[in-house]
Amino acid sequence: MRVVVVGAGIIGACVARAAVVAGCEVVVLDRDQVGSGTTSRGEGNVLVSDKPPGPELDLALASRRRWQDLGDELGRDALELESKGGLVVATSQAALEPLSRLAAAQREVGVEVEAVTDPTHVEPFLTPEAAGAQWYPQDAQVQPVLAAAAVLADARRRGVQYRPGTEVAAARTGQDGRLRGVVTTSGEVIAADAVVNCAGTWGGVVGRRLGGEVPVLPRKGFVLVTEPLPPSVRHKVYSADYVANVAASTEGLETSCVVEGTRGGTILIGASRERVGFDRSMSPLTVQRLAAQAVALFPFLAGVQLLRVYRGFRPYCPDHLPVIGPDPRVAGLFHACGHEGAGIGLAPATGDLVAAHLTGLDPMLVAGVDPAPFLPERLLRIPEETS
Amino acid sequence: MTAEDRRAHTRAHTRADLLVAGGGPAGLTAAATAASGGLSVVLVDSGHALGGQYWRHPPAGAQMSGTDGFHHDLTAYRSLVDTISGHAETGLVDLRLGHHAWTVRRDEDGIELHVVDRRRPGADRAVVLRGRRLLVASGAYDRQLPFPGWDLPGVYTAGALQALLKGGGVAAGRRVLVAGTGPFLLPVAVGLADAGVRVVGVHEANDPRRWLRHARAVAALPGKAVEGVEYAAALLRHRIPVRVRSTVVAAHGRERVEAVTVARLDRDGRLIEGTQQRIAVDAVGVGWGFTPQLELAVSLGCELIGSEDGNAVVDVDAWQRTSVPGVLAAGETTGIGGALLAGLEGRLAAEGLLREVGCGAPSVRLRPVRRAVARQRAFSRAMREAHPVPAGWPAWLDDETTICRCEEVRHRVVREAVASGASDGRQVKQLTRTGMGWCQGRICGFAVECLARGEVPGVAAPAPASERLVAAPLTLGALARLPSHEVE
Amino acid sequence: MSTSTFRFDGTDIAFVPGQSVGAALVAAGRPSWRTTRHEGSPRGLFCGIGVCFDCLVTVDGFPNERACLVLAEAGQQVSTQEGSGHDR
Repeated sequence: MRVVVVGAGIIGACVARAAVVAGCEVVVLDRDQVGSGTTSRGEGNVLVSDKPPGPELDLALASRRRWQDLGDELGRDALELESKGGLVVATSQAALEPLSRLAAAQREVGVEVEAVTDPTHVEPFLTPEAAGAQWYPQDAQVQPVLAAAAVLADARRRGVQYRPGTEVAAARTGQDGRLRGVVTTSGEVIAADAVVNCAGTWGGVVGRRLGGEVPVLPRKGFVLVTEPLPPSVRHKVYSADYVANVAASTEGLETSCVVEGTRGGTILIGASRERVGFDRSMSPLTVQRLAAQAVALFPFLAGVQLLRVYRGFRPYCPDHLPVIGPDPRVAGLFHACGHEGAGIGLAPATGDLVAAHLTGLDPMLVAGVDPAPFLPERLLRIPEETS
Repeated sequence: MTAEDRRAHTRAHTRADLLVAGGGPAGLTAAATAASGGLSVVLVDSGHALGGQYWRHPPAGAQMSGTDGFHHDLTAYRSLVDTISGHAETGLVDLRLGHHAWTVRRDEDGIELHVVDRRRPGADRAVVLRGRRLLVASGAYDRQLPFPGWDLPGVYTAGALQALLKGGGVAAGRRVLVAGTGPFLLPVAVGLADAGVRVVGVHEANDPRRWLRHARAVAALPGKAVEGVEYAAALLRHRIPVRVRSTVVAAHGRERVEAVTVARLDRDGRLIEGTQQRIAVDAVGVGWGFTPQLELAVSLGCELIGSEDGNAVVDVDAWQRTSVPGVLAAGETTGIGGALLAGLEGRLAAEGLLREVGCGAPSVRLRPVRRAVARQRAFSRAMREAHPVPAGWPAWLDDETTICRCEEVRHRVVREAVASGASDGRQVKQLTRTGMGWCQGRICGFAVECLARGEVPGVAAPAPASERLVAAPLTLGALARLPSHEVE
Repeated sequence: MSTSTFRFDGTDIAFVPGQSVGAALVAAGRPSWRTTRHEGSPRGLFCGIGVCFDCLVTVDGFPNERACLVLAEAGQQVSTQEGSGHDR
C-alpha cells in the first residue's frame, strides 16, 4: 500500500514511521521543512498531568509509553527526551481541593501522582506561598524539532521518501470517487492508495483541498524564553488553573503559565491561548500576564531577562479532541490533526492509530487505545464553530 | 502624585502625532521637521545621546574632548539637536534617551510602542508610548562573517572601533588592521590614524574597479568623489597601506588577538593559497556592510523587499510609508544608503505627514529633496553592488571555527545540520541552537543563512529578516510590574 | 579633562565621565571581562553598539549588563562575569 503523508511535523513524522513499520510504502510531503510549523512553536510537552480522565488522557498515557520506546530506540539525546516530571502547584488553599480531586480521578485510570505538602522541597526556588502541589513523575519533555527530525530520519532509514518544499494543491480522484493520490502546487501528480492529512493547524485547509474538510481551527499561543541560566527550575511547574484553562473553550484570552528549564539553560514560560484566527500580531498584554504569573510562581524570575517570545497556532477541533481516522466521505483519505497544545505528547500513539486504520489491523491491539472518540464522524455531525 | 507621575499619566492617555524609533540621522531629521511643523513627537533612542551610530556622541555633560574631529556634517547635527531640544522644552517633543523599544503593537487608534528604560543597571522599567503613527528609523549594525579566531578579545566590528572613538574617545589598540568591504572602512581607518593609532592596513575584499560599472551614479554625486579623494589623501598622509582583493582569514592569540592572517582573494572571493601573510596587531576591525534593524517593522507585518546586498529591507512609497497604515520607515531600514540619504528620507517622511494631517500649509518645495534622494539611492545601489560579500568566504572556515558566538556552535555542527537536509537558516537554528542566544542571531544570522543555502543571498532571494517579537531584552520583573491597565 | 574611577575586580579603573564601562575597560588595556558558558572563553567588546551582547558584565551586582551601553560612574562595582552570570 502506497501512502502519502501530508505534513512533516511531529504528527506526520510519527505517522510515517508507524506506517512504514506496518509495511506501507510512504512518501512524506511538507510545503516547508520538517517541524517548521506548529511543532517548532511549542515547548515540547509530553504531559499526562493536565488531562482529566477521558479519551485524550488514554491517548496520552499510551503515547507516553511510546515516547519511552522511541527514546530507547533512537537515543534519548537525539530527542532531548527528559523524564523530568511535572509539579502542579495550588497557589491558594482554595485551589488545593479541586487539584487533589483531579489527581484522585487520574490515579484511578493509571496516572502516577502523589501529593506534595511542601513543594519547595521539589522546587527550591518556588514561592514559599504555595499551598500545596501534586507530583506527576510521568510528565516529560522533548525538543520538538529535534524529535520530529530524529523520528523522520529513522523513518527514512526504513525506506520512507521525504519531499520538503512540496505543497498539496488538490486530490487526484479515481472514477469510483476514491483518492488515487495528490496533485502538488507545481502540477505534479503523486499517486497513492491512501493520503493522511497531518497538516496540523492547516489541517482544515488541506482537508478541503482533498475533498474532506475537517473543522480544525487555530488558537494563538505565546511562549516566553529567558536568558540562559544555571539549572534553576527542575521540573515542569504550573499552577493548577492551567487544568481548567486547557479544557475551556470560551472566547478570548486565557493565560496560565507553565514554567520549565531547558537543556540550553533558558527557561520557557508558556502558554497563552487566544482564539483570534491566524492573527500573527504581538500581544504585549498576554506577554505581560505570563511574566507576572511566572514571577508569582518563581520570584527569582523578576531579575531574569526575557530574550525571546515565540508565537504559534495550536490546531484545535470544537470538542478539543484530535481527529484521527478515515474520512467517511472520501475513501482513501485519513486525518491525523487537531491535537491543540498536546500534539508532541500525543504523536507516537496517533501514529500507531493511523497505521492500524491504514492496514485494517485492530487499533486497540496496535495502539492500546479505543479509536472511536477520535474518528472524524463526530465532527461532521455537529455544526462548525466560527472563529 | 509627583509632577513626573502626572506627566506620565497624561502621556499614557494621550497619543502623540508621531512616534520615532531611532535618533540617528533619519529619526532626528524626521522628528525635527515634524515638530517644527507643529506635530507632537516622541523620540526614542537606546543611546545616551542623540545622533545614532553615524553622529554618535558622548552623553550630555561628558568631559572627554576632541571627539568632534571624527565627525562629518556636525553643523547639520547641531542644528537638528538644537531644534529638538527647543521643542522638548516646550513639551512638543518627548525625548526618551536610554530607552530601548522592546516590542510594538498596532490597533485602530494607532501604535503602541513598548519601551524599556535601561538607564540604570538593575532598575529597568517598562513604559508604553502611544502615537498615531510610527516612524521606524532604527538604523543598522555591522554585518559579520565568521573566521577562525574572530571570537578572540581584540577582534571588533569596524563599527565598534568607530563607536569607541566617537562615543568614548578611546582607541581600541595601538596596531590595528581594518578589513571587510565597503567605503565605511576608510573613515574608520582614518579616524584611528587621526587618534594616533598605527593602522597597519586596510584590506578591501572587493576590487574597486567594480565601481566602474556605475560611473554614472558616481558622477551624479561629485561630493562622494571628493569625500573619497579626501580619504585617499588621508590614508596616504598617514602611510596606511591599502590592499584590495585581500582580507583577514584568521586571527591568532591566546587570551586576546596578537596577530591576523591576511590573504589575497580570487575573483570569487576564495583565498588564494600561498598568499597568506601574518601581521602582528593588537586589535582588528571587520565589517561586511550592514544589517538593517527590522524588528519593529517585521513585528508590525510591513512588506519587505530584497536589496542588492542580500538584505531584506522595508518597502516604502514616495512618502516613506510602509505597507502597514500609520507605519513609516526611513534610513538604513529601507536599504543601506548612509547618513545623507537617511536624513533626506526622514525629511520626506515628516513632510508627507505634515501634508497628510494638513498641519500648517507646507509651502516647502520638495523637488530638490526628491532629486537628491534619487541621486543618493542610485549611488547607494552602486555601492551595494560594488561591495558584495565574497561568494567564497566559507572556505576560510575550519571545522572548529565558532559560528554562533552566543551559544558557541562550531562550524562542524552547522555543516552536519546542512548535510542532514537543513536548507535555510531557520532550520539550522532549530537543529543546532545557532541564533538562540543573547543576540538572537543578529551577528551570525546572515552567515548561517549563507552556509545553509550554500550561496550568498542576493536581491532576488535576500536573507529573511528574522522575526524577533522581543526587539530588546528586559527583565520579567519590569514586565510584571507594568500595570496591565497600561497595556490594555 | 577630569577622570574618576570605578572598581573592577578589586582594582580602580579610571574613566572620563561620559564613557561607557566597556570603553573605559578597553582604554585601560583590558579587552575582556567575561568568560563564556560552555567553553570558558574570554570575551569583551565586539560590536560596541549594544547588538551582539558579547560584552556582558556584572555591574553593582546585576549580571548581564552590556558594558558598551552602561555609563561608567564613580564608585561603581564592576566584576568579571563567568558563565551565565547567575550563581546557583
